[in-house]
Amino acid sequence: MIHSKDLDPHFKLLIAKEPGGENIKKCFSCGTCTAGCPVREITDRYNPRKIIRMALLGMKKEVLSSQFIWLCSSCYTCYERCPQDVRIPELMNAIKNIAVREGYIPSAMKIQIELLSAFGRLLEITEFENDKRKEFGLPLIQGRTEEVKKILKELGLQHEEERGPA
Amino acid sequence: MKKKEDQPKNNSFTLFLGCTVPVRALNYEIASRKVAEALDIRFNDIPDFSCCGYPVKSISHHAYLLMAARNLALAEAKGHPICTLCSSCCGSLTEANHELQEDKNLRKRINEDLYRWVGMRYEGEVRVQHLTRILHQEIGVRKISEKVQSDLSSLRVAPHYGCHYTKPSAIYEKLEDPENPKSLDELIRATGAQSLSYEDKLSCCGGGVLAIDEQVALGMAQRKLEHIQAKKADAIVLICPFCSVMYESNQKKIEKVFEKEYKLPVLYYPQLLGLALGIEPDELGLKMNRIRTTDLVKKVVRRPA
Repeated sequence: MIHSKDLDPHFKLLIAKEPGGENIKKCFSCGTCTAGCPVREITDRYNPRKIIRMALLGMKKEVLSSQFIWLCSSCYTCYERCPQDVRIPELMNAIKNIAVREGYIPSAMKIQIELLSAFGRLLEITEFENDKRKEFGLPLIQGRTEEVKKILKELGLQHEEERGPA
Repeated sequence: MKKKEDQPKNNSFTLFLGCTVPVRALNYEIASRKVAEALDIRFNDIPDFSCCGYPVKSISHHAYLLMAARNLALAEAKGHPICTLCSSCCGSLTEANHELQEDKNLRKRINEDLYRWVGMRYEGEVRVQHLTRILHQEIGVRKISEKVQSDLSSLRVAPHYGCHYTKPSAIYEKLEDPENPKSLDELIRATGAQSLSYEDKLSCCGGGVLAIDEQVALGMAQRKLEHIQAKKADAIVLICPFCSVMYESNQKKIEKVFEKEYKLPVLYYPQLLGLALGIEPDELGLKMNRIRTTDLVKKVVRRPA
């Protein structure tokens, strides 16, 4: 049961102010997104129409703390088909950006931030990779990727003391 | 200031490798460089490139734009358009580019931080293109088919477009219909191989949710393997290293989880093209393909020189 006293009518406005979330209020719940969603074909846990409806109703905590907002595969099928230009994958990112600021971040994403800070890339280039590159006559990869760490640190996404994923 | 349309005329590009290619898809890079050489495409390298920014889109849009802008600024300083091998890098850099070119105030804000933290500015003058798009648009299927040396006509391959190569179509200036793309089919036919049509041809590999929910991602990839197997294809042909992570690196795991056997070879398009151009399989990194390609290579008939 949904109780109106538990709803936050400002949630949709918060989302609409976030990059990518601008068109949330245009959704009229037709379900085109869900009907063509390849993730939805595999699992019922992801239902973009329902997520948007919940967000519009103001079910802020349920949406932000949910696992399901992280299940969008960003394939953009719904983005192309949505008759209201809601731009769902970007909308999901807008919601996820808010969720992260409110402290809801999946461990997999924490690990990705750690990796990006450490190597400037998701996968480390070790001596092994560069030796292989030498073998095939490819240019070596050894650049100034510590600048990525600087960016993430300045934005408060990476804290030096927090070594290793929680 | 160079006009954007004039940039790629001499076929010089800065190659953007991203995270996955150098570590998990060296065969793709090797084949791409070989094929480029054969078609007079010149690649420049920038060792300071980092991750494109895609992974942080869901964490912070601002961080994403900064990471993308840093890469774009590095390419801008060299003066060549960017060529990506990864479709996700292509989508991420194109989208950021689009935002930064359209919104001057946003670009100003991003540049303030970029300059303060890493001493760079991006003026919005770089073009980003996927190698497949360059082959299709700048080189063209006619020129490619003229250069074909070997007979691939007995090869039946299933094209996998993936998602970020065509979508969102708005950032790609609606170059092709995302619901009915043709470029990869045309490029495959230009090599002489048969391009198969199959159920759910345009569906996503699942790579986008692999880190979050492996079972869902494997389920998505399995469906496509199933549909391609039904067509008795010799291989799936793709253009993105992360799609390959799903269909090739994870194929054994999928076979185990779903108790099915596929043994479907996975080729990067430049590997197929390289075979057609008469380049030796070893020079196309085919030994690094995890699913053996020997049967498929045997079907390639070398024409006498």
